[in-house]
Amino acid sequence: MAKVRLATVWLSGCSGCHMSFLDQDEKLLELADKVELVHSPIADIKDFPENVDITLVEGAVGNEEQLELLKKIRRRTRILIAFGDCAVNGNVTALRNILNEGRENVLKRAYVENTMFNQGVPTQIPRLTERVFALNEVVKVDFYIPGCPPPASLINYVLNEFLDGRIPVLDGKFKYG
Amino acid sequence: MVEENQGLSKMIELTIDDKKVVAKEGDSILKVARENKIYIPALCYLEGVSSFGGCRVCVVEIKGSTRVFASCVTPVSEGMEVITDSERLRRYRKWAIELLLAERPHVCSVCVANGSCELQQLATELGVDHLRVEREWTNYELDLTHERFAYDPNRCILCTRCIRVCDEIEGVHTIDLMFRGKNSKVIFDLDDKWSFAESCTSCGKCSAVCPVGALYVKGKPHSEVKKKELVSFVISRRIEKTIG
Repeated sequence: MAKVRLATVWLSGCSGCHMSFLDQDEKLLELADKVELVHSPIADIKDFPENVDITLVEGAVGNEEQLELLKKIRRRTRILIAFGDCAVNGNVTALRNILNEGRENVLKRAYVENTMFNQGVPTQIPRLTERVFALNEVVKVDFYIPGCPPPASLINYVLNEFLDGRIPVLDGKFKYG
Repeated sequence: MVEENQGLSKMIELTIDDKKVVAKEGDSILKVARENKIYIPALCYLEGVSSFGGCRVCVVEIKGSTRVFASCVTPVSEGMEVITDSERLRRYRKWAIELLLAERPHVCSVCVANGSCELQQLATELGVDHLRVEREWTNYELDLTHERFAYDPNRCILCTRCIRVCDEIEGVHTIDLMFRGKNSKVIFDLDDKWSFAESCTSCGKCSAVCPVGALYVKGKPHSEVKKKELVSFVISRRIEKTIG
Protein backbone atom coordinates (compact mmCIF):
# COMPACT_ATOMS: atom_id res chain seq x y z
CA MET A 1 0.00 0.00 0.00
CA ALA A 2 1.29 3.43 -0.90
CA LYS A 3 2.16 5.64 2.03
CA VAL A 4 -0.20 8.46 2.97
CA ARG A 5 1.09 11.80 1.71
CA LEU A 6 1.25 14.18 4.70
CA ALA A 7 2.11 17.87 4.60
CA THR A 8 2.44 20.44 7.38
CA VAL A 9 2.32 24.18 6.75
CA TRP A 10 3.27 27.17 8.87
CA LEU A 11 1.33 30.37 8.21
CA SER A 12 1.05 33.27 10.68
CA GLY A 13 1.74 31.56 13.97
CA CYS A 14 4.57 31.07 16.41
CA SER A 15 5.53 27.53 15.28
CA GLY A 16 4.54 26.27 18.72
CA CYS A 17 2.12 23.81 17.12
CA HIS A 18 4.98 22.38 15.07
CA MET A 19 7.03 22.11 18.24
CA SER A 20 4.15 20.19 19.78
CA PHE A 21 4.10 18.01 16.65
CA LEU A 22 7.78 17.22 17.23
CA ASP A 23 6.97 16.48 20.87
CA GLN A 24 5.38 13.25 19.71
CA ASP A 25 8.94 11.98 20.21
CA GLU A 26 9.31 8.24 19.59
CA LYS A 27 5.82 8.10 18.12
CA LEU A 28 7.21 10.13 15.20
CA LEU A 29 9.09 7.00 14.16
CA GLU A 30 5.85 5.01 14.03
CA LEU A 31 4.30 7.86 12.09
CA ALA A 32 7.22 7.95 9.68
CA ASP A 33 6.50 4.31 8.74
CA LYS A 34 2.97 5.20 7.73
CA VAL A 35 3.36 8.56 6.00
CA GLU A 36 5.49 10.30 3.45
CA LEU A 37 6.20 13.88 4.51
CA VAL A 38 5.86 15.77 1.24
CA HIS A 39 5.96 19.35 2.49
CA SER A 40 6.87 20.91 5.83
CA PRO A 41 8.82 23.78 7.39
CA ILE A 42 11.15 21.09 8.75
CA ALA A 43 11.65 19.48 5.32
CA ASP A 44 12.55 22.49 3.16
CA ILE A 45 10.50 21.70 0.07
CA LYS A 46 9.74 24.94 -1.69
CA ASP A 47 6.51 24.46 -3.61
CA PHE A 48 3.38 22.90 -2.17
CA PRO A 49 2.99 19.57 -4.03
CA GLU A 50 -0.02 18.13 -5.83
CA ASN A 51 -2.15 15.29 -4.57
CA VAL A 52 -1.63 15.53 -0.81
CA ASP A 53 -3.78 13.34 1.45
CA ILE A 54 -3.59 15.18 4.77
CA THR A 55 -2.34 18.72 5.45
CA LEU A 56 -1.90 20.22 8.91
CA VAL A 57 -2.05 24.00 8.64
CA GLU A 58 -0.67 25.96 11.58
CA GLY A 59 -1.32 29.68 11.91
CA ALA A 60 -3.87 32.17 10.66
CA VAL A 61 -3.89 33.98 7.34
CA GLY A 62 -2.07 37.29 7.80
CA ASN A 63 -0.79 38.26 4.36
CA GLU A 64 -1.67 37.87 0.70
CA GLU A 65 0.97 35.26 0.02
CA GLN A 66 -0.56 33.05 2.70
CA LEU A 67 -4.00 33.68 1.28
CA GLU A 68 -2.91 32.36 -2.12
CA LEU A 69 -0.99 29.48 -0.55
CA LEU A 70 -3.97 28.39 1.52
CA LYS A 71 -6.21 28.33 -1.55
CA LYS A 72 -3.58 26.28 -3.35
CA ILE A 73 -3.35 23.89 -0.38
CA ARG A 74 -7.11 23.47 -0.43
CA ARG A 75 -7.08 22.58 -4.15
CA ARG A 76 -4.31 20.04 -3.66
CA THR A 77 -5.34 18.43 -0.35
CA ARG A 78 -7.96 15.85 0.45
CA ILE A 79 -8.16 16.42 4.22
CA LEU A 80 -7.27 19.93 5.41
CA ILE A 81 -6.82 20.19 9.17
CA ALA A 82 -6.77 23.50 11.05
CA PHE A 83 -3.86 22.87 13.38
CA GLY A 84 -3.92 24.86 16.62
CA ASP A 85 -5.83 27.92 17.79
CA CYS A 86 -4.44 30.48 15.31
CA ALA A 87 -5.66 28.32 12.44
CA VAL A 88 -8.91 27.51 14.23
CA ASN A 89 -9.96 30.97 15.37
CA GLY A 90 -7.18 33.50 14.80
CA ASN A 91 -5.95 33.53 18.40
CA VAL A 92 -2.99 35.84 19.16
CA THR A 93 -2.27 36.43 15.47
CA ALA A 94 -5.70 37.95 15.00
CA LEU A 95 -5.35 40.34 17.93
CA ARG A 96 -4.32 42.97 15.43
CA ASN A 97 -7.91 42.91 14.16
CA ILE A 98 -8.83 44.70 17.38
CA LEU A 99 -6.69 47.68 16.36
CA ASN A 100 -8.77 47.94 13.19
CA GLU A 101 -6.17 50.34 11.83
CA GLY A 102 -5.45 48.91 8.41
CA ARG A 103 -2.22 47.29 7.25
CA GLU A 104 -0.02 50.39 7.04
CA ASN A 105 -0.69 51.41 10.60
CA VAL A 106 -0.14 47.88 11.89
CA LEU A 107 3.28 47.81 10.24
CA LYS A 108 4.08 51.28 11.57
CA ARG A 109 3.10 50.21 15.05
CA ALA A 110 5.37 47.17 14.94
CA TYR A 111 8.38 48.50 13.08
CA VAL A 112 8.44 52.20 14.00
CA GLU A 113 6.54 53.04 17.17
CA ASN A 114 7.61 50.01 19.17
CA THR A 115 11.26 49.93 18.18
CA MET A 116 14.21 52.11 19.13
CA PHE A 117 16.72 51.07 16.48
CA ASN A 118 16.51 50.66 12.70
CA GLN A 119 13.05 52.14 12.54
CA GLY A 120 11.35 51.65 9.19
CA VAL A 121 8.68 49.54 7.57
CA PRO A 122 10.24 46.65 5.61
CA THR A 123 9.45 46.62 1.92
CA GLN A 124 10.54 43.09 0.98
CA ILE A 125 7.68 41.30 2.77
CA PRO A 126 4.34 40.11 1.37
CA ARG A 127 1.46 42.60 1.61
CA LEU A 128 -0.53 42.16 4.82
CA THR A 129 -4.21 41.38 4.51
CA GLU A 130 -6.48 44.11 5.83
CA ARG A 131 -7.39 41.81 8.73
CA VAL A 132 -6.31 38.38 9.94
CA PHE A 133 -8.50 35.41 8.99
CA ALA A 134 -9.02 32.03 10.62
CA LEU A 135 -8.73 29.26 8.04
CA ASN A 136 -12.45 28.56 7.89
CA GLU A 137 -13.10 32.18 6.94
CA VAL A 138 -11.16 31.56 3.70
CA VAL A 139 -11.50 27.89 2.72
CA LYS A 140 -13.43 24.80 3.72
CA VAL A 141 -11.74 23.12 6.68
CA ASP A 142 -12.29 19.39 7.20
CA PHE A 143 -11.14 19.03 10.78
CA TYR A 144 -10.07 21.20 13.72
CA ILE A 145 -7.41 20.50 16.34
CA PRO A 146 -7.86 23.24 18.96
CA GLY A 147 -5.24 24.16 21.53
CA CYS A 148 -2.48 26.68 22.05
CA PRO A 149 -0.63 24.52 21.28
CA PRO A 150 -2.55 21.25 20.90
CA PRO A 151 -0.91 18.58 23.07
CA ALA A 152 1.33 16.09 21.24
CA SER A 153 -0.92 13.20 22.30
CA LEU A 154 -3.92 14.86 20.65
CA ILE A 155 -2.02 15.44 17.40
CA ASN A 156 -0.89 11.82 17.42
CA TYR A 157 -4.41 10.58 18.10
CA VAL A 158 -5.96 12.64 15.29
CA LEU A 159 -3.34 11.62 12.72
CA ASN A 160 -3.57 7.94 13.60
CA GLU A 161 -7.35 7.96 13.42
CA PHE A 162 -7.22 9.44 9.93
CA LEU A 163 -4.46 7.03 8.91
CA ASP A 164 -6.62 4.12 10.05
CA GLY A 165 -9.51 5.44 8.01
CA ARG A 166 -11.62 6.75 10.89
CA ILE A 167 -12.83 10.25 11.72
CA PRO A 168 -11.39 11.28 15.11
CA VAL A 169 -13.81 12.09 17.91
CA LEU A 170 -12.48 14.90 20.10
CA ASP A 171 -15.11 14.73 22.85
CA GLY A 172 -13.36 15.25 26.14
CA LYS A 173 -9.89 15.05 24.55
CA PHE A 174 -9.26 18.74 23.93
CA LYS A 175 -9.37 22.03 25.76
CA TYR A 176 -10.88 25.07 24.09
CA GLY A 177 -8.43 27.94 23.66
CA MET B 1 -36.88 36.35 38.56
CA VAL B 2 -37.13 33.28 40.74
CA GLU B 3 -37.10 34.26 44.37
CA GLU B 4 -35.61 31.82 46.81
CA ASN B 5 -38.23 30.13 48.93
CA GLN B 6 -38.13 30.91 52.59
CA GLY B 7 -39.91 29.02 55.30
CA LEU B 8 -42.37 26.21 54.75
CA SER B 9 -43.89 25.68 51.37
CA LYS B 10 -45.81 23.04 49.49
CA MET B 11 -43.87 20.02 48.27
CA ILE B 12 -44.55 18.65 44.81
CA GLU B 13 -43.39 15.71 42.72
CA LEU B 14 -41.93 15.80 39.22
CA THR B 15 -39.71 13.75 36.93
CA ILE B 16 -36.28 14.84 35.73
CA ASP B 17 -34.70 12.47 33.21
CA ASP B 18 -37.03 9.63 34.26
CA LYS B 19 -36.03 10.14 37.90
CA LYS B 20 -38.81 10.96 40.33
CA VAL B 21 -37.90 13.88 42.56
CA VAL B 22 -39.59 15.86 45.29
CA ALA B 23 -39.23 19.62 45.25
CA LYS B 24 -40.42 22.77 46.89
CA GLU B 25 -43.07 24.53 44.86
CA GLY B 26 -41.67 27.67 43.25
CA ASP B 27 -38.07 26.46 43.03
CA SER B 28 -36.46 26.52 39.62
CA ILE B 29 -35.87 23.35 37.60
CA LEU B 30 -32.13 23.98 37.68
CA LYS B 31 -32.03 24.29 41.47
CA VAL B 32 -34.06 21.11 41.93
CA ALA B 33 -31.91 19.23 39.42
CA ARG B 34 -28.72 20.26 41.19
CA GLU B 35 -30.14 19.28 44.58
CA ASN B 36 -30.75 15.83 43.10
CA LYS B 37 -27.30 15.66 41.52
CA ILE B 38 -28.61 15.89 37.98
CA TYR B 39 -26.24 17.99 35.90
CA ILE B 40 -27.52 20.80 33.69
CA PRO B 41 -24.80 23.08 32.25
CA ALA B 42 -25.34 26.74 33.10
CA LEU B 43 -23.36 29.94 32.77
CA CYS B 44 -25.10 33.10 33.94
CA TYR B 45 -26.79 31.22 36.81
CA LEU B 46 -25.27 31.90 40.22
CA GLU B 47 -26.37 30.17 43.37
CA GLY B 48 -27.46 32.68 46.01
CA VAL B 49 -28.68 35.49 43.77
CA SER B 50 -31.67 35.93 41.47
CA SER B 51 -31.65 34.30 38.03
CA PHE B 52 -32.39 36.08 34.77
CA GLY B 53 -32.07 33.39 32.07
CA GLY B 54 -29.71 35.30 29.83
CA CYS B 55 -27.19 32.79 28.56
CA ARG B 56 -29.62 30.07 27.41
CA VAL B 57 -27.08 27.36 28.21
CA CYS B 58 -29.30 25.74 30.84
CA VAL B 59 -32.17 25.05 28.42
CA VAL B 60 -34.25 21.91 29.01
CA GLU B 61 -37.20 20.25 27.31
CA ILE B 62 -40.51 19.72 29.05
CA LYS B 63 -42.76 16.93 27.81
CA GLY B 64 -45.91 18.28 26.21
CA SER B 65 -44.24 21.43 24.88
CA THR B 66 -42.31 21.90 21.66
CA ARG B 67 -40.24 24.81 22.90
CA VAL B 68 -37.29 24.73 25.25
CA PHE B 69 -37.13 26.44 28.63
CA ALA B 70 -34.30 28.13 30.51
CA SER B 71 -34.25 25.89 33.57
CA CYS B 72 -32.89 28.59 35.90
CA VAL B 73 -36.03 30.73 35.52
CA THR B 74 -38.68 28.05 35.00
CA PRO B 75 -40.38 27.00 38.22
CA VAL B 76 -41.16 23.33 38.81
CA SER B 77 -44.77 22.16 38.80
CA GLU B 78 -46.64 19.04 39.84
CA GLY B 79 -46.20 16.12 37.43
CA MET B 80 -43.80 17.98 35.16
CA GLU B 81 -41.54 15.76 33.04
CA VAL B 82 -38.19 17.41 32.35
CA ILE B 83 -35.55 16.24 29.85
CA THR B 84 -32.11 17.70 30.52
CA ASP B 85 -30.12 16.09 27.71
CA SER B 86 -30.98 15.49 24.06
CA GLU B 87 -29.42 16.01 20.66
CA ARG B 88 -31.45 19.19 20.20
CA LEU B 89 -30.48 20.61 23.60
CA ARG B 90 -26.80 19.90 22.98
CA ARG B 91 -27.08 21.67 19.62
CA TYR B 92 -28.74 24.74 21.17
CA ARG B 93 -26.24 24.91 24.04
CA LYS B 94 -23.33 24.66 21.64
CA TRP B 95 -24.72 27.51 19.59
CA ALA B 96 -25.22 29.63 22.71
CA ILE B 97 -21.56 29.22 23.64
CA GLU B 98 -20.34 29.79 20.09
CA LEU B 99 -22.30 33.02 19.80
CA LEU B 100 -20.89 34.24 23.12
CA LEU B 101 -17.37 33.44 21.95
CA ALA B 102 -17.96 35.25 18.66
CA GLU B 103 -19.52 38.33 20.23
CA ARG B 104 -16.23 39.72 21.56
CA PRO B 105 -12.58 38.81 20.98
CA HIS B 106 -12.18 35.99 23.47
CA VAL B 107 -8.56 34.93 23.10
CA CYS B 108 -7.86 32.42 25.85
CA SER B 109 -4.08 32.39 25.50
CA VAL B 110 -3.77 36.04 26.57
CA CYS B 111 -6.53 35.97 29.20
CA VAL B 112 -6.11 36.05 32.96
CA ALA B 113 -8.85 33.43 33.33
CA ASN B 114 -7.31 30.87 30.97
CA GLY B 115 -7.75 27.48 32.64
CA SER B 116 -10.29 28.69 35.20
CA CYS B 117 -12.82 30.20 32.81
CA GLU B 118 -16.37 28.87 32.82
CA LEU B 119 -16.95 29.89 29.20
CA GLN B 120 -13.83 28.01 28.12
CA GLN B 121 -14.80 25.04 30.24
CA LEU B 122 -18.28 24.89 28.69
CA ALA B 123 -16.85 25.28 25.18
CA THR B 124 -14.66 22.27 25.86
CA GLU B 125 -17.49 20.32 27.43
CA LEU B 126 -19.95 21.02 24.62
CA GLY B 127 -17.42 20.25 21.91
CA VAL B 128 -16.94 23.75 20.49
CA ASP B 129 -13.77 23.13 18.45
CA HIS B 130 -14.28 26.11 16.13
CA LEU B 131 -16.67 28.99 15.48
CA ARG B 132 -19.19 28.80 12.67
CA VAL B 133 -19.85 32.55 12.68
CA GLU B 134 -17.54 35.46 12.09
CA ARG B 135 -16.10 37.09 15.19
CA GLU B 136 -16.55 40.62 16.33
CA TRP B 137 -13.22 42.27 17.08
CA THR B 138 -14.50 44.84 19.55
CA ASN B 139 -12.09 47.36 20.97
CA TYR B 140 -13.51 48.66 24.24
CA GLU B 141 -11.24 50.66 26.46
CA LEU B 142 -9.96 48.86 29.55
CA ASP B 143 -10.68 50.34 32.97
CA LEU B 144 -7.57 49.96 35.11
CA THR B 145 -8.25 52.96 37.30
CA HIS B 146 -9.25 51.01 40.41
CA GLU B 147 -6.44 50.32 42.81
CA ARG B 148 -7.12 46.59 43.17
CA PHE B 149 -9.41 45.57 40.34
CA ALA B 150 -9.40 45.67 36.57
CA TYR B 151 -12.20 45.58 34.03
CA ASP B 152 -11.86 44.46 30.41
CA PRO B 153 -15.20 44.81 28.55
CA ASN B 154 -13.73 42.90 25.60
CA ARG B 155 -13.95 39.72 27.65
CA CYS B 156 -17.39 40.39 29.12
CA ILE B 157 -20.19 37.99 28.21
CA LEU B 158 -22.92 40.16 29.79
CA CYS B 159 -24.00 37.44 32.21
CA THR B 160 -24.80 40.18 34.78
CA ARG B 161 -23.52 38.12 37.69
CA CYS B 162 -21.48 41.10 38.90
CA ILE B 163 -24.53 43.35 38.74
CA ARG B 164 -26.61 40.90 40.74
CA VAL B 165 -24.05 40.33 43.52
CA CYS B 166 -23.33 44.03 43.76
CA ASP B 167 -27.02 44.77 44.16
CA GLU B 168 -28.37 41.77 46.06
CA ILE B 169 -25.45 40.72 48.24
CA GLU B 170 -23.27 43.78 48.76
CA GLY B 171 -26.34 45.97 48.47
CA VAL B 172 -24.74 48.98 46.80
CA HIS B 173 -25.66 48.56 43.10
CA THR B 174 -22.54 50.24 41.79
CA ILE B 175 -22.57 48.08 38.69
CA ASP B 176 -25.26 48.14 36.02
CA LEU B 177 -25.79 47.69 32.30
CA MET B 178 -25.77 50.38 29.64
CA PHE B 179 -27.06 50.20 26.03
CA ARG B 180 -28.83 47.21 24.48
CA GLY B 181 -28.18 43.86 22.82
CA LYS B 182 -24.63 43.02 21.89
CA ASN B 183 -23.62 46.64 22.48
CA SER B 184 -24.55 46.35 26.15
CA LYS B 185 -21.82 47.35 28.50
CA VAL B 186 -21.27 46.79 32.19
CA ILE B 187 -20.73 50.18 33.85
CA PHE B 188 -19.89 51.61 37.26
CA ASP B 189 -22.22 54.24 38.70
CA LEU B 190 -23.15 56.58 35.82
CA ASP B 191 -20.55 55.14 33.44
CA ASP B 192 -17.75 56.58 35.54
CA LYS B 193 -14.24 55.27 35.68
CA TRP B 194 -14.13 52.62 38.38
CA SER B 195 -11.98 54.64 40.78
CA PHE B 196 -14.46 57.52 40.58
CA ALA B 197 -17.47 55.29 41.31
CA GLU B 198 -18.25 56.58 44.79
CA SER B 199 -20.76 53.89 45.71
CA CYS B 200 -18.22 51.08 45.21
CA THR B 201 -17.10 49.52 48.48
CA SER B 202 -14.19 47.66 46.83
CA CYS B 203 -15.56 44.40 48.26
CA GLY B 204 -14.37 42.30 45.31
CA LYS B 205 -17.49 40.16 44.98
CA CYS B 206 -17.86 41.09 41.30
CA SER B 207 -14.45 39.75 40.38
CA ALA B 208 -15.05 36.66 42.51
CA VAL B 209 -18.13 35.69 40.52
CA CYS B 210 -17.06 36.76 37.02
CA PRO B 211 -17.16 33.51 35.02
CA VAL B 212 -14.65 34.86 32.51
CA GLY B 213 -11.71 37.25 32.77
CA ALA B 214 -13.64 40.50 32.43
CA LEU B 215 -13.43 41.56 36.08
CA TYR B 216 -10.32 40.48 37.89
CA VAL B 217 -8.02 41.25 40.76
CA LYS B 218 -4.80 42.89 39.61
CA GLY B 219 -1.71 40.75 39.91
CA LYS B 220 -3.50 37.62 41.04
CA PRO B 221 -4.35 34.49 39.05
CA HIS B 222 -8.07 34.36 38.39
CA SER B 223 -8.24 30.80 39.70
CA GLU B 224 -7.44 32.07 43.21
CA VAL B 225 -10.11 34.74 43.14
CA LYS B 226 -13.07 32.92 41.70
CA LYS B 227 -16.06 31.80 43.74
CA LYS B 228 -18.86 29.99 42.00
CA GLU B 229 -21.14 29.79 45.00
CA LEU B 230 -22.23 32.59 47.21
CA VAL B 231 -23.95 30.44 49.77
CA SER B 232 -21.91 31.78 52.67
CA PHE B 233 -22.71 35.36 51.65
CA VAL B 234 -26.38 34.49 51.42
CA ILE B 235 -26.51 32.81 54.81
CA SER B 236 -24.98 35.83 56.50
CA ARG B 237 -27.50 38.00 54.72
CA ARG B 238 -30.39 35.85 55.97
CA ILE B 239 -29.08 36.03 59.52
CA GLU B 240 -28.92 39.81 59.24
CA LYS B 241 -32.51 39.83 58.03
CA THR B 242 -33.72 37.64 60.89
CA ILE B 243 -31.96 39.72 63.50
CA GLY B 244 -32.74 43.09 61.99
